[in-house]
Amino acid sequence: MTKNNSRRDFLKSTALSAGGLILGFNWFGQEALAAEIVASEAGNTTFNAFLSIQTDGIVTIFSPNPEIGQGIKTAFPIIVAEELDVDWANVKVVQAPLDTKKFERQVAGGSGSIPHSWQRLRKAGATARQMLVEAAAKQWGVSATECLTEKSFVIHTASGKKLGYGELATEAAKLTPPTDVKLKDKKDFKLIGSTIKGVDNQALLIGKPLFGLDFYREGMKFAMIQRPPAFGMKLKSFDALEAKASASGIEVVSFKDKVAIVGKSTWEVKKARDLVKIEWEKAANLESSDDHNRIFKELLDGKNEVRRKDGDVETAFKNAAKIVEAEYQCPFLPHNPMEPMNFFAHVREDGVELVGPTQTPQNAQNQTAKLLNIPAEKVTVELTKMGGGFGRRLGTDYVLEAAELSSIIKAPVKVMWTREDDMGGGSYRPAVRYRFRAALDKQGNMIGYTLRGAGLNAGNSTRQDNFPAGAVPNLLIDSAEHKSPITTGPWRAPITNFLAFAEQSFIDEVATAAGKDAVQFRLELLEKAKTAPAGEIKYNIDRMKAVIELAAEKSGWGKKKKGVSLGFSVYFSHASYVAQVAEVVIKKGKPVLQKIYAAVDCGIVVNQSGARNQVTGGIVDGIGHAMYGNLTFKNGTPDQKNFNAFRLIKMNEVPAIEVSFVNNGIDPTGLGEPALPPTGGSVANAIFKATGKRLRNQPFIEEDQKLFESFS
Amino acid sequence: MANYNLKINGQTLKTEASPDTPLLWVLRDNLGLVGTKYGCGMAQCGACTVHINGEATRSCVLPVSAVADATITTIEGLSEKGDHPVQKAWDAIDVPQCGYCQTGQMMTAAAFLKKNAKPSLEEIEAAMSGNICRCGTYHRIKEAVQLAATKM
Repeated sequence: MTKNNSRRDFLKSTALSAGGLILGFNWFGQEALAAEIVASEAGNTTFNAFLSIQTDGIVTIFSPNPEIGQGIKTAFPIIVAEELDVDWANVKVVQAPLDTKKFERQVAGGSGSIPHSWQRLRKAGATARQMLVEAAAKQWGVSATECLTEKSFVIHTASGKKLGYGELATEAAKLTPPTDVKLKDKKDFKLIGSTIKGVDNQALLIGKPLFGLDFYREGMKFAMIQRPPAFGMKLKSFDALEAKASASGIEVVSFKDKVAIVGKSTWEVKKARDLVKIEWEKAANLESSDDHNRIFKELLDGKNEVRRKDGDVETAFKNAAKIVEAEYQCPFLPHNPMEPMNFFAHVREDGVELVGPTQTPQNAQNQTAKLLNIPAEKVTVELTKMGGGFGRRLGTDYVLEAAELSSIIKAPVKVMWTREDDMGGGSYRPAVRYRFRAALDKQGNMIGYTLRGAGLNAGNSTRQDNFPAGAVPNLLIDSAEHKSPITTGPWRAPITNFLAFAEQSFIDEVATAAGKDAVQFRLELLEKAKTAPAGEIKYNIDRMKAVIELAAEKSGWGKKKKGVSLGFSVYFSHASYVAQVAEVVIKKGKPVLQKIYAAVDCGIVVNQSGARNQVTGGIVDGIGHAMYGNLTFKNGTPDQKNFNAFRLIKMNEVPAIEVSFVNNGIDPTGLGEPALPPTGGSVANAIFKATGKRLRNQPFIEEDQKLFESFS
Repeated sequence: MANYNLKINGQTLKTEASPDTPLLWVLRDNLGLVGTKYGCGMAQCGACTVHINGEATRSCVLPVSAVADATITTIEGLSEKGDHPVQKAWDAIDVPQCGYCQTGQMMTAAAFLKKNAKPSLEEIEAAMSGNICRCGTYHRIKEAVQLAATKM
């Protein structure tokens, strides 16, 4: 990384007016640690910083990234607190609002927060720690190197003198922040890798207002929006006479093919919305699931864009002793976070205030500024806790609706989506199909491999550099896309949430055809990738091998357990590696998933509790959607609009899950997504072992209802 | 519109609402008790679970007129200091991910444990399987209910 002098103020320290220390960190350019003392500003006005230490020893850590259930609001402060050597009981965590001057990448997405911020957070904590040590050393007239820190105290070992961080904070604030700090040796970590509870637990468990939907402002109006009932439809006209008469204060306005109903309470608004008579223009391109079947066939048989080509595929298949072919398919899926979309906006003359659940506050700011034609600095974004997101809140459509509506009605307003609005509102996981072919030689070696991806608004539906690329000498990966009026967006582990199932099931099919053990076959391929690589390899072979071996060991792979069938799967996504073994038993003639073993390499585990929760939750999510999730269409309208028709997994449907971490000391990577992708494959491969039935279409329950009667 | 004196969390709270308003929205919009959540509006997910005369009930489809004389308990009133055995267990096991459904989960669990102090695992699953957790914290919910059962 090159130094950028214009952004050299990574760290600023400020004295609190009431005493104490504030460290404000600029996240841009972590290499440029040149520090600057800023003039002491009036205490609390500058409190919107990164870290502060009060004279009573309370350390406040501002967590900049959106909290969506991935536990970042707990994980980030753990990293800072570790390097600061503070007693966790004295740490208070506050959600920071969007601040593009102080923070960088205030995003919840791509499992990227931890890898992005790991070093920055450590440096922040270590810098504050060193300043406290220097302040103590100065006071005692000793060298800082003779002092150590422990649980919020600086200790002079030789004399046994001891001062608390709170007592030192004011003096520390007068020092010049160091530009070069020493980070802890990883083996000395105490907080990192321990089990720490969520910092919001106490407030959550007594029902405090934390979420976007809980936000309330005096004088705020409530609103719901009627959007086109089918993707591709446009607004023709509406009659709001009856709606307006239904309760006092009901307003009805329209913008961008939408009709917004505004009022004084949720229920009055909802009832009024049902009374608005809306005419929609007939549209020609309304798609049904039957149309999608035809479109997919055309895409798979048509012209495709080449994503990766190694060797000579044609010759390999010509010379093959055996060819394996299969097609896999998955439907559109809504994200279904338990808290539906909502946002508060107040567009005033002098600026715009936005409050609510968003995974991308900066996009919300920029796009609102663009929409209203004002400078971005005029838009503030406050982050609430989110009742899930799963990628849905990476979109800003629902934020812009609130901003636009507020600008029209000239009042503060909270727009709320009902469940039906949310499930019917688009931005779905794209529907995708894959066609695989593999060529085997006489010894059962995979000498050729092709993958063709076809997607509806899926962009590149392949990940061409993922395993087994690099392990097969002749390989061709291409894809094609149909632009559909049905809107799509990132859905937890975009593309790989389904691609992994297809690839890992197909590898299983090839191993079976080659007469090889599923684990052995994968290890052989990795060995080939290592000794005779074909093309570029973007995954770490040794790390993938390590999780494969750990999962095999934990599950007792290869050791026959009576009546138990095992299925294997391994995947690299979002910089982490996860291998799984699923155990299926037959009960009353039906396959029952009884356990999943997961071996995870996310490098260092920051918080055992959070990490295990993410892995377990990702697997439950993976099972649920592979088994039950389906969104079908008729004339541009989804058939499933609420949980009575769209089946989410429930408690009595989850198997036991055993999670093991490799914990190899490598800098940590994220965990919000990587555990999900391998799940469908391990389950389907185990079901194949148990029943001989190969599941290639999700949801499984609809592909073969008879097979799964015991599941429902 | 009608006036109601609702018996909620040991207090009588005065409010005005149209009789068909679901209790959920009276709690949230009128009374500021937002710990009870909206998830589906059709009694499918359990996020809105409250206690009506001690019974776990979905408040999103329950008109306020039907509970004018009932004893209502919401998560805010489950315990005085947030120390109901269920709340303590949820914290000890560190159940939540996003946390949105958890107040409803706890209200279901608390009503269930009151009736069945020593439940089997199967009974816990049967009682809790009407509450959806999209984050998939089911294993910890199960564990927390078991833990709470030992402290009731």
